[in-house]
Amino acid sequence: MNQEKIISTQNLSKQFGHFTAVNNISFDVYKGEIFGFLGANGAGKTTAMKMLIGISKPTSGEALVAGFDVKHNAEMVKKNIGYMSQKFSMYDDLTIKENITFFGGIYGLNRNQIKEKTALLVSELGLENEINKLVGALPLGWKQKLSFSVALLHDPKIVFLDEPTGGVDPITRRQFWEMIYAQANKGTTIFVTTHYMDEAEYCDRVSIMVEGKIEALDAPKNLKQQYNVTSMNEVFLKLARNIE
Amino acid sequence: MSIQVENISKSYPKTLAVSDISFEVKEGELFGLIGPDGAGKTTLFRILTTVLLADEGKATVAGLDVIQDYKEIRKNIGYMPGKFSLYQDLTITENLNFFATIFGTTLEENYDLIKEIYIQIEPFKNRRAGALSGGMKQKLALCCALIHKPKILFLDEPTTGVDPVSRKEFWEMLKRLQKKGITILVSTPYMDEAALCDRIALIQKGQILKIDSPENIVSHYNKTIYKVRTKNKHQLILDLKKYPSHYSAFAFGEHVHYIDQNIHFDPTELEKYLKEQLHSEIDIAVAKTSIEDVFMDFTMLNQ
Repeated sequence: MNQEKIISTQNLSKQFGHFTAVNNISFDVYKGEIFGFLGANGAGKTTAMKMLIGISKPTSGEALVAGFDVKHNAEMVKKNIGYMSQKFSMYDDLTIKENITFFGGIYGLNRNQIKEKTALLVSELGLENEINKLVGALPLGWKQKLSFSVALLHDPKIVFLDEPTGGVDPITRRQFWEMIYAQANKGTTIFVTTHYMDEAEYCDRVSIMVEGKIEALDAPKNLKQQYNVTSMNEVFLKLARNIE
Repeated sequence: MSIQVENISKSYPKTLAVSDISFEVKEGELFGLIGPDGAGKTTLFRILTTVLLADEGKATVAGLDVIQDYKEIRKNIGYMPGKFSLYQDLTITENLNFFATIFGTTLEENYDLIKEIYIQIEPFKNRRAGALSGGMKQKLALCCALIHKPKILFLDEPTTGVDPVSRKEFWEMLKRLQKKGITILVSTPYMDEAALCDRIALIQKGQILKIDSPENIVSHYNKTIYKVRTKNKHQLILDLKKYPSHYSAFAFGEHVHYIDQNIHFDPTELEKYLKEQLHSEIDIAVAKTSIEDVFMDFTMLNQ
């Protein structure tokens, strides 16, 4: 694996009043790596991710993402990353083409670049005949594949995927992961959260957050060895106590 | 029969949501509707809980007709919709009292039934529902659905977006409710939860692909699945898909599940092929079939 660091955090913390949502987390993520970011509901994953994508300021600690400081250079962080979540992906009332044009513009691509990217993207996804259809009319699985591609329009070094496969059928879920693998092979770093523990096995390394801290961080194979179990699901159940 | 569905169909202006579906749920049964987003699960739930009319077909719940006896049905069922639908501005206590009053009962009257779940959220009883975490909202919604001691519980994707620990606890809770005599119809996109039901219906694109016990669905499956592992999983999937007699190849935890078209398939031939493709640390063995394997195969055959 390439040792260029795409994410580097040191003692990153976030407090809300007396509540410490993220407690002194330090970790690195490398170029071309598929990094799984796991944890129970309420463990602090979302808060940590918000800091890494530049939309929430850390209370203390440092984080460099795609070469920029999240505290002082949040706008540059946003420009240099891709982001996709299950909840917000694209505009249902715009066509596929309009969505690509819109997000291309947001990411600062010029008209020619948008044109090139649109052609490339629809041909890769086999959506040539659907380009003028409303995104809202697409099946969920296609929406997810499309919004993954849209998150990559500006060739970011890293893309953040927040539960990208929730509720998607098992085959589409696997097709989605094949897209992830292919993108990582091209050198893009993938930072992904999921509640499907079989997907944790597809990552190069995973971290498991418990009560605001990173309790474990290693390759799935090593974690299973360390906890003497046969699946990531068991690792998760051993580590992540239910805290509320 | 606790629930009886006969030839139910429902279309929306542009989509066929449920197409000619029939099934039965026995009294005291824990019955699962297993299928992805958009399969028609929610439509079916809404029809059975009398909040949506079917275009065609007939259904009874607790022996009552979903159209004629809708008022009576509502007294006998608890419904937890997929989308959180309690009052965000009311506290836990206020929500519980509200639903108890609607059903002409009190929190105390059926406290036995909800006690175990309620004590987990009791420390936050004066917190507004909108300010609760996902797991707590889920527990409150379940309490509200149980407050009038329903005969049948309808749970529409209660565990979607919930982490594995909370999911496990939730299912343990369902098992205990079942032991108290409550019939449960539950839907989920998680295939591992299917194994915890007495019987399941695999549903996709508005149609039921199969109804049986999870054990039977797995044991009646007649294809041999091989689990294959090499050092590079992504390349392995790509190469397996290029193998001339391949039927399917899907990532499955740390392995790739592979099915061959040929019943006389020889794993050593495949191993030879993978070596030629420069794979290392090759491991091929027969896999244990899971519901997810079966579901994926049905999906492929259904397309």
